[in-house]
Amino acid sequence: MKRRDFLRAGSATIGGAALLPFLRALPASAAAGDDTLLVVIGDTINSLDLHRTGTNRPSYQVAVNIYDRLVRFGTKTLEDGTIAYDSTVIEPEIAESWEVAEDGKSITFKISPKAKFWDGSQVTAEDVKWSFDRAVTLGGFPLTQMKAGSMSSPEQFVVVDEMTFRVDLPAPSKLALPDLAVPVPLVINSKVAMEHATEDDPWATEYLHENPAGSGPYKVTRWDAGQQFVYERNEDWALGTLPPMKRVIVREVPSAATRRALLERGDVDFYMDVPSKDAKEMAESGVAKVEGAPIDNCLHVLGLNVAMAPFDNKLVRQAIAFALPYEDILAAGAYGRGKPMWGGTEGTPSTTEWPQPFPYATDLEKAKALMEEAGFADGFETTLSYNLGLADWMEPTALLIQESLAKIGITATLDKIPGANWRTAALVEKRLPMHLENFGGWLNYPDYYFYWAYIEGHLFNSSNYSNPEIASLVEETLTMETDDPAYEPNIKRMIEIAFEDVPRIPLYQPYLDAAMKPEVEGYVSWFHRQLAVTNMAKG
Amino acid sequence: MEKLSRIFGRIVQAVPPVFGVILITFLLTRALPGDPAVFFAGLMADEDTIAQIRAELGLDHSLPVQFLYYLRDLLHGDLGNSLSTGRPVLTELMSRLPASLELTLAGLLLSMAIAIPLGVLAATRPGSWVDHLCRVLVTAGVSLPTFFTGLFLIYIFYYLLGWAPSPLGRLDFLYLSPPQVTGFYSIDAALAGDWEVFWASLRQMILPAITLSLFALAPIARMTRAAMLAALSGEYVRTARANGLGGARVIWVYAFRNAALPVLTTLGMVFSFLLGANVLVEKVFSWPGIGSYAIGALVASDYAAVQGFVLCMALLFVVVNLFIDVVLTLIDPRIGLES
Repeated sequence: MKRRDFLRAGSATIGGAALLPFLRALPASAAAGDDTLLVVIGDTINSLDLHRTGTNRPSYQVAVNIYDRLVRFGTKTLEDGTIAYDSTVIEPEIAESWEVAEDGKSITFKISPKAKFWDGSQVTAEDVKWSFDRAVTLGGFPLTQMKAGSMSSPEQFVVVDEMTFRVDLPAPSKLALPDLAVPVPLVINSKVAMEHATEDDPWATEYLHENPAGSGPYKVTRWDAGQQFVYERNEDWALGTLPPMKRVIVREVPSAATRRALLERGDVDFYMDVPSKDAKEMAESGVAKVEGAPIDNCLHVLGLNVAMAPFDNKLVRQAIAFALPYEDILAAGAYGRGKPMWGGTEGTPSTTEWPQPFPYATDLEKAKALMEEAGFADGFETTLSYNLGLADWMEPTALLIQESLAKIGITATLDKIPGANWRTAALVEKRLPMHLENFGGWLNYPDYYFYWAYIEGHLFNSSNYSNPEIASLVEETLTMETDDPAYEPNIKRMIEIAFEDVPRIPLYQPYLDAAMKPEVEGYVSWFHRQLAVTNMAKG
Repeated sequence: MEKLSRIFGRIVQAVPPVFGVILITFLLTRALPGDPAVFFAGLMADEDTIAQIRAELGLDHSLPVQFLYYLRDLLHGDLGNSLSTGRPVLTELMSRLPASLELTLAGLLLSMAIAIPLGVLAATRPGSWVDHLCRVLVTAGVSLPTFFTGLFLIYIFYYLLGWAPSPLGRLDFLYLSPPQVTGFYSIDAALAGDWEVFWASLRQMILPAITLSLFALAPIARMTRAAMLAALSGEYVRTARANGLGGARVIWVYAFRNAALPVLTTLGMVFSFLLGANVLVEKVFSWPGIGSYAIGALVASDYAAVQGFVLCMALLFVVVNLFIDVVLTLIDPRIGLES
């Protein structure tokens, strides 16, 4: 520590540059100064290109920070002072304006003349088309996400002229525009990328994997795989307020205990994805500031597989919903860092708010009565599966559930599934009788959640739930504008059915917590759960 | 001549195990649970994209065909591409192996420096306080899990006292890595004459090296003590003593030279073991080593990376054992130099 103080003093008096020649240091002024943010993350990024096959989730933060999109979501300040993104506000980014056709089947974007790539060239409609074509052609996750906004084929992306770009839609959809603000439809400098494309690799995936070419507020100047990467501000960025931080160094520190020690010692400024336990303790001790907001459209749930007896019996599912120790789960599994989703008072929802508390609470007598009514007075045996990759909250939760279910006669054996097998077992084969699940939709609409989690055959419907009424409601509502007169009754009906049938029993809505030094400001909680550095500042 | 032919014979013997390892790792990785195509297609992919990725990975061929392709690539020095990091496995191993080797060697040297004298002293004075100290250290070393020792050391020396540098891997934020020659930061920095970085890299190594050495201490000290006891009770030691040779000469030249054989063999084992097994130490100290890479690859069912890792470890194991065998042949007093 003394050395660093010395350096800090040194760079102040002699000037950082004077130290450089003999110190092979990152600009020494950097590590000490107020314009550099030191961040630690627990995961490792594996690509600078979001569209590449095999790019992992932590890598999305690079795409978020270094690429621009046609539009972006706005931000809002919550009651407790936390800043969160605002799913209802869509702001211009590369597109300075846009117009939805009268029939709703196309959106035309005017590209801002201020949108310049890092090499100084103008962002054109050609670049946008190339990037969108790439997203839908490379397949995998980018394609799936584009499909959510009814975009699946290159013919839908039309270059009207150099500065005008149009997206054609098969049918009007309220999801199309918000889907252009998620991380996937990023705009790449197609001229630079094409120079490095080959016959085998027409989309330059090899090149863009390590050499991004974009227009965003930050550039990646250094990436030591498995160790760290460094963002440097793009001084010419004109599509918003210039970000306060000049440089952001992100170090990968796998051990949560080490991350916490680093922050508490003051050697790093910011730490994302804090385990709930640490978040609670650090917030209480006051050594660090903890900020977090509930993740929109995300629930931690207990899934009951309705394709398997006895969970095909609605009474059994309701009995379990009455037998769960909700308060203990929130306290022990999430250390209170969650929004209760139990104890609702209405059987029929009066608002379209989602998620909202379900009309269940811990009531063992009621649970026993329901079990008896269902013909399972003596209980039964089953397994409770959870994902080892998410053991930090799933393990304590599963233990609490196991203990509580024993009280109504249900013997649940715990079944730990390694992270690599989880998707196949839970989501593809949907073969787990009782399991913990944590789906969250990027687009903040209840019908979008229901689309993924309550429709037969859809990926996150790990409960194999099937209900023709919900299916037709979702189909009808998914593309419908929220001010449509049918929207509200449809959503309320969906939620009412979910209350009644409970194939997924919500436990709580989780928080996305970040811990930082008290002087760090401007952290925004995003639906994509990644660190966006644009607003971050060090006071 | 006898020694040379022995050494040559030993090298030839190392070939079949290597081939065996190649075959077994290939089969084992195929037997791993989880489908890499599904994993890499991402959470929301559909059937078509999964099939497309499976074809890209060459997983649509039969096993023997896949194995032949694998052998052909190996002969060209191509270990394949790691899907999870998107880089060639060879590059990945080459950048991570030195990190692990540097740390492991530091830990091993440290533990040798403590364990061998301790073992010798304990053997020459059985039942004394040195012997008891040896026993306590050995028990502690074996029974304390490395991640615990690591976290404990961080807590005391970094968190509470602030003496140790931040456990941020090989270098703190302030420094850039030295130009690569050997891949060992301390050596590379010294070669470049950059003493700032040299000291910085050494300081980063202190806590993890101590953690590792505590763990390695036990087998080395135990083996040294046992081997020395056996050697000291040998007839040649009695003869040497009877002939009036000095205590130190008897202990270090006659007894220790004989005791060194099992100790060296143990060292080889401990070294190979440490290299692969220090994953937890790497995690705790954010060390970008080969162990954490292998774990990541295993979790992601990243075939190429796992095969590359196992192959690399097997080769290292073979080379280290070969080296130790050669050294043993050279120092074994029973194989006379004159013959």
